[in-house]
Amino acid sequence: MKAKEITNKISKSAESLNLKKWDFGASFSNDYSVQVDKGIAKQLKASQKQVLTIRVWNNSNLVGITTTSDISESGIYKALKQANIASEFGNKKETTDFSPLAKEPIQVQEVRKINPVGIKKLLKVLREAELKLLDSHEAITSIPYNGLSESFYEIIYANSDGAFRNYSKSQAALYLYARAEEKDKKPRSSGSVKLGYGVDDIDIESCIKEASNKTIAHLNYSTIKTDKYLICFSPEAFLTIINAFSSIFNARNIIDGVSLSNKNSIGEQLSTEALNIYDDGLNEKNITSAPFDGEGTPTKKLCLINKGKLENFLHSESTARIFKTIPTGHAGLGSKVSVSPDWLVVKRSDECTNLKNYLTHSNYEGEYVYIEELNAIHAGVRASQGSFSLPFEGWLCNKGIKSSIESATVAGDIKYLLKNIVNIEMQEELTTNGISPHVWVNELSITGDA
Amino acid sequence: MLSSKIKYCDVEFGKCNKELLEEVISYGISLGADFVEIFLENSDNSTILAEEDCITSVSPSFGKGAGIRIFKDKRDGFVSTNDLTKKGLMGSVSQAIEMLDISDKKNKELFRGFNELKDYTASKKTWIDEIPTINEISEKLIQSTNSLKKNKIIVRKGSYSRNWQEVIIASSDGTYATDIRLHQTVGLNVIASDAQYRSNGSRRFGSSGMPNEFRLWNHEKAANEVYESSMNMLYADYVEAGQMPVVLANKFGGVIFHEACGHLLETTQIERGTTPFKDKLNQKIAHESLTAIDEGISAGSFGSLSVDDEGMEPEKSILIKDGVLKKFISDRAGELRTGHKRTGSGRRQNYSFAAASRMRNTFIAKGEYSKEELINSISDGLYCKSMGGGSVGATGQFNFAVEEGYLIKNGKLTKPVKGATLIGDAKEVMPKISMCGNDLELAPGFCGSISGSVNVTVGQPHIKVDSITVGGR
Repeated sequence: MKAKEITNKISKSAESLNLKKWDFGASFSNDYSVQVDKGIAKQLKASQKQVLTIRVWNNSNLVGITTTSDISESGIYKALKQANIASEFGNKKETTDFSPLAKEPIQVQEVRKINPVGIKKLLKVLREAELKLLDSHEAITSIPYNGLSESFYEIIYANSDGAFRNYSKSQAALYLYARAEEKDKKPRSSGSVKLGYGVDDIDIESCIKEASNKTIAHLNYSTIKTDKYLICFSPEAFLTIINAFSSIFNARNIIDGVSLSNKNSIGEQLSTEALNIYDDGLNEKNITSAPFDGEGTPTKKLCLINKGKLENFLHSESTARIFKTIPTGHAGLGSKVSVSPDWLVVKRSDECTNLKNYLTHSNYEGEYVYIEELNAIHAGVRASQGSFSLPFEGWLCNKGIKSSIESATVAGDIKYLLKNIVNIEMQEELTTNGISPHVWVNELSITGDA
Repeated sequence: MLSSKIKYCDVEFGKCNKELLEEVISYGISLGADFVEIFLENSDNSTILAEEDCITSVSPSFGKGAGIRIFKDKRDGFVSTNDLTKKGLMGSVSQAIEMLDISDKKNKELFRGFNELKDYTASKKTWIDEIPTINEISEKLIQSTNSLKKNKIIVRKGSYSRNWQEVIIASSDGTYATDIRLHQTVGLNVIASDAQYRSNGSRRFGSSGMPNEFRLWNHEKAANEVYESSMNMLYADYVEAGQMPVVLANKFGGVIFHEACGHLLETTQIERGTTPFKDKLNQKIAHESLTAIDEGISAGSFGSLSVDDEGMEPEKSILIKDGVLKKFISDRAGELRTGHKRTGSGRRQNYSFAAASRMRNTFIAKGEYSKEELINSISDGLYCKSMGGGSVGATGQFNFAVEEGYLIKNGKLTKPVKGATLIGDAKEVMPKISMCGNDLELAPGFCGSISGSVNVTVGQPHIKVDSITVGGR
């Protein structure tokens, strides 16, 4: 459905129900994906999906919401009616309004949209990639988790005050997760994910190479002694842990009492002066970028940590109003509007005199644990307490020799971790979740072989 | 390309759609499919959140959609759509056929029309009218958060979620069934705080097919449990990491079996070659004290169902009997690709997922010991009273967070400890479950996997694991 058409339909239905104030977010998507098993197509999928979320304000200015996949006239009417009923139970203590920035001009950016290549091409590309990965090492016996997908979607936001925004995008993803086995040894597994605007845009060779190298590198494994170690977080792992504790920057979480920060935390020294963290959803390397959030607020770059100090919080319309500031473009439309970061960029600041610059993952010869990937975030992170205990893939490195760690967890406290950063390497790396250099932290607990 | 036309619906939920569905399936068969399956869904869901002393969120949602699956040989193509017009359904069939690149029009079996409709909705049609109103739910949630208004509690939340789903399942083997499902859950969460100390407490309760269950929920008892748990853990020290014996509590303690072993007994894992139990049927894989069951038939249990999402009635599957592997959890694709007979376990979150072999109510059978006997048998270990979430990796390694743990010293529970994670490998841990208690209980949960998030119960009596790695500090 054309964006303007659905806006007109909602406007008309709202008028018939005498609803004066409303807004909505809608998405329309077409997705295609394939999986293979040793060259044979396993499951081929296609989906056409539409989701419409409507909010209405009643005469008491309380908000109700409904989500539906039925965008026929009767479906829209039903959704508006249900939202109006729900509005009677709207939050009286914290009101919601339109974003004051919902009609602000959007930063112009080139929206890349690549035409679909179709299932047959997806299958051909994935088969070839699987075969190459299987051929890359004799110990790689299968690629149990693999997939290639392409998506095409349109996102719309509009409200009864005349705000109207929409954009359409394409996106493709390849993941290859290999399993390697050697006689009398446990199976080992690792993989790689690459994104692109379209399939032809994905760096397939580097995905194969990365999946192969990572898996093979774990073949020679051993247990690690339970102790405290110097840690080097890969860019991916460091972004994972920062994202897991992003409630530190989240105004919604602060109001709800589930953040380690409070309203007065701006300016608090959280880390070494060498650390800068930005949320940069519009970064040109962010394939998942969106020009506006669920409330229609334009996306923008925001400094979260500046020289180790907490600089800004992420806001929706209502949290911004409570904090007497402006929305930052991080809202998710819902009955209770959520707030979340878009795409984090970690940088080394100019204030880096206290860093141990000799700690580099490519040259340092002392003992340290290299954490390549953190797992089971949902189970092992206590964001409201600041603690974590997470399984990881990584290596024990000593005197230039890397030994894969069989099975271990890293445990600690996010505030301790941030305070004990001892080096932030110069070289930044692009990951699917953002950009970061390798980050070194002193003395975190590793549980391995007791 | 994005669709630019208004969608209408030719499917009438609650009515006979035989002619339409037979036509769609015949069309797929005529194009060369070996098997065609249609899953139609009409959903009416709602979530309500109470924070502190007021309702902060009421979120109704509606959905209608179809999932169409075509098999040719052992391959399958799946298309999901919100377009429930005849044209839309036919188009989805064509798309699946095209994806599978079917040029051979010969079928393994011909479609001879549907069998008699298996209508599981008879006693369920009034459920949607019997469930509590938003008013009732709101009042009770507020009462529950009020019950938590206690010293040191800084965050109080009560949440309710209801999923009502009407499904029609039709396939070219004659399957023609319709069902109504109702799942309700209610949960309480608190954060306790005192100076630099913080702790969480949470409990979730759930039922299926019992519209009145929420009205019967004892919110005061639940609030007391959550409060006690958070206060017990508020000043707890971090657990010291190490290898040690543990006793896992009943109810949600069963998540260890669910994650560590249950997933590895799903035929999807055999297909992927990621289960160490692939060739172990009728072989000993666990301690002889362990018998484990997966079933979908216990009345009211969160993972129970009248019919699975592929039109088969669920069975009670004894997975492990006295330590010996007896059965895998199988769906249609699993039977086709691995030879293990279907168990009524083909499940999916909604129409946008193809069904896969998934657990239902999965539990370790009760043994002969009391909880005290298990704890008394340990001189130095950990008692895991409440478990958090967990996951299992591609090589069978698992981990679980312990929400509420206590040290065991000389057969007695001593001080509370936090930050514990249980880490292990299914193949190595199963033979170490050496004692099972006599106090089996089930607990509801949500399991996320290949076909989305589905309602399950996990369960067990208290069990003792002789040795496991406990992650800590």
